[in-house]
Amino acid sequence: MENHAYNYAIVRSFVTWSVIWGLVAVLVGVIVSFQMVVPDLNFAPYFTFGRLRPIHTNAGIYGWAVGVIFATFFFMVQRLCRVPLWSDKLARFQLWFFNITIIASAVTLLLGYTTSKEYHEMEWPIDVMIIILWVAFAINITMTIMKRKEEQMYISLWFMMASIIGVAILFVVNSAAMPVSLFKSYSAYAGTNDANVHWWFGHNAVAMALTAPPLAMFYYFLPKSTGVPIYSHRLSIVAFWSLIFMYLWTGAHHLLWTPVPDWIQTLAMGFSVMLIAPSWGSVFNGYLSMNGQWHQMRENYLVKYLILGITFYGLQTLQGPMQAVRTFSAFIHYTDWVPAHIHMGTMGWVSMIAFASLYYLIPRIYGREVYSIPLANLQFWLILIGQLIWSISLWVAGVLQAGMWNAMNDDGSLTYTFMETMVEMYPYWWARALGGLIYMAGLVIFIYNLYMTVKKGKPATAQTANTEGRA
Amino acid sequence: MWEKKPVLLIVLATGAILVGTIITMVLPFAWINTEADRIEGVIPYTALQQEGRDLYIREGCNNCHTQTVRPLVSEVLRYGEYSKSGEFVYDRPFLWGSKRTGPDLARLGGKYPDAWHYQHMESPRSMVPKSNMPDYGWIAENQLDPQMIQRKMETLGFPFTAEEIKALEGKNEMDAMVAYMQKLGSDIPWRQATATTIVGELKNPYPDATHSEMEAWESIYQDNCAACHGEHMEGVIGPELIGADYEEEVLFEIIYSGIPDGGMPSFSSLGTDKVWKLTNFIKYYGRDEDHH
Repeated sequence: MENHAYNYAIVRSFVTWSVIWGLVAVLVGVIVSFQMVVPDLNFAPYFTFGRLRPIHTNAGIYGWAVGVIFATFFFMVQRLCRVPLWSDKLARFQLWFFNITIIASAVTLLLGYTTSKEYHEMEWPIDVMIIILWVAFAINITMTIMKRKEEQMYISLWFMMASIIGVAILFVVNSAAMPVSLFKSYSAYAGTNDANVHWWFGHNAVAMALTAPPLAMFYYFLPKSTGVPIYSHRLSIVAFWSLIFMYLWTGAHHLLWTPVPDWIQTLAMGFSVMLIAPSWGSVFNGYLSMNGQWHQMRENYLVKYLILGITFYGLQTLQGPMQAVRTFSAFIHYTDWVPAHIHMGTMGWVSMIAFASLYYLIPRIYGREVYSIPLANLQFWLILIGQLIWSISLWVAGVLQAGMWNAMNDDGSLTYTFMETMVEMYPYWWARALGGLIYMAGLVIFIYNLYMTVKKGKPATAQTANTEGRA
Repeated sequence: MWEKKPVLLIVLATGAILVGTIITMVLPFAWINTEADRIEGVIPYTALQQEGRDLYIREGCNNCHTQTVRPLVSEVLRYGEYSKSGEFVYDRPFLWGSKRTGPDLARLGGKYPDAWHYQHMESPRSMVPKSNMPDYGWIAENQLDPQMIQRKMETLGFPFTAEEIKALEGKNEMDAMVAYMQKLGSDIPWRQATATTIVGELKNPYPDATHSEMEAWESIYQDNCAACHGEHMEGVIGPELIGADYEEEVLFEIIYSGIPDGGMPSFSSLGTDKVWKLTNFIKYYGRDEDHH
């Protein structure tokens, strides 16, 4: 099979653009974290917390995460199927349409054109653009799989296909709206129905865009990096099917104690706890694949990223179900604990896997060795420490505030006013902003390392460049 | 075998995804927003209120404020009656939110007088010194667009009159925002239903409080009362308290229960002890101007 037939140009482009949008996401995140502590940093009308925060989240999800999904899926699908991409032209269209969509999203959100639905704020014309984008992507991936030369489809391909279908269903249903104009629409669902549909979307967007794809990457890039296969094929089968079956029941754990019918909440709670099993199925599969290979944690920076990433996945999927239990949710929901949880997932799990995947790809798509492994190691520690400061400070803040919200006097009255609980948050919000800055420093080093690799990296050794598409 | 047949894999995966989807997302439509959910008194937004709601969305207020009170003791004490499904049937989209950087707003309507909202929107820190809410005074400079608002009401299918639309002329975005704030959670008469009645004789626990004790209680006044009654009780939005010569039981009851029609919120959530301290503080410093 001829390597030159693979379309790596498109992978290179998506790597570049995903990293650019990733930097935007993190930069805006840092800005809004400072706005929380210094309200004078809000510059109305465009640069207020209320308008910038959706740009942070959407740039992170649709720019960075989805950009990395496009890059890695196009790489993996060609290698795993042993055929070039079905359509280079469609992929090129997808690249430019992707960038146009992200720019249009950022501009319209700044202008205040928003539906307010979290992680889905963009108005209806951009929803249409995202759907076109995803359909183009789905066709290209599916057609490449259809004409593959490797009959057996590896685990990563299952996760990729499930992700493509899942995102499509979720996004289309939650987009339904009644347009008033090009810039304003009302949800097709009202009140409690809208809430239930929305969090079915919200939670499963996490499943289908931020869990299945990183798992596809993990199952592919871990064996590639270590040189030994995944521990158990059977375990991955069980984990895959139970994961995609169970996830969809759990959206209402975002709505515990709200007017959503109790039986939906109870189902969501039960399935959330059950989800520990398939999640940890993948975690164990990763750990057990390291049997006899643990020394690589010291020698191979890619393995370090991947194993830390899957470890944060494991922690995330224990903490998540814990929060999904009614009693704990009653205490912790609506506090800063929740963003701390989300950021362990995005900064710890998803991004660690993404960085490892990109570091693995770069020599193969550019034909150059990574410029500096010491810098890659420095980046590892910066993003790890940044994320830990971020999450731990807000976990403490969340518990503190929840405790103060619930504190009662002997006569049954509340001990603290809301403002008394809020002012206690400031030191933790400062710590979080600092954590974000450290994390961003790590990202800047990554971009520098990537840039220098392309400019000055040594030509890739035959061993690196010709690694086969075995898995 | 599905590992070699992509079409089969796609069909099976779609099926797996759809089971939970149908049961927990599609099926609930048969329960929610049906006749069983209906609450008498819950009415659609007026044109002005709906426009205020759209501005709340435009400015992303939902990123920091929730709009759903959970049936938990501390929550009902802090915010008011817990939220019911039937109260949200006209909400497109829902605005329950997910994070309380600021307080929940589901029961805000009627809590403060309009003047409080105008000033608080203009400059939150002038009333709540340590607040981190951005200033929104600038929205008062934007005039409403009655034609556009009419189109919105038509899309939503809400009733409106030509006079109502005409009345929007000359109004600005701040007017709409405040109208929306005052509508929040006020369709059900929960304030009347949960109003406390003080039974038995009220007994001031601090009849002989000293000057230094009074001084120590000033922070309770500054945190809870100063925004409306002024740092020195001179009166701002609320009336001046200097020379307001109430019986202590009467003053206690006003602070504890509020004056619903007069724009004075209830401060029962502070607890009787703090309310008595406030009562004594206000009576002590309000009797004349010697102390200022």
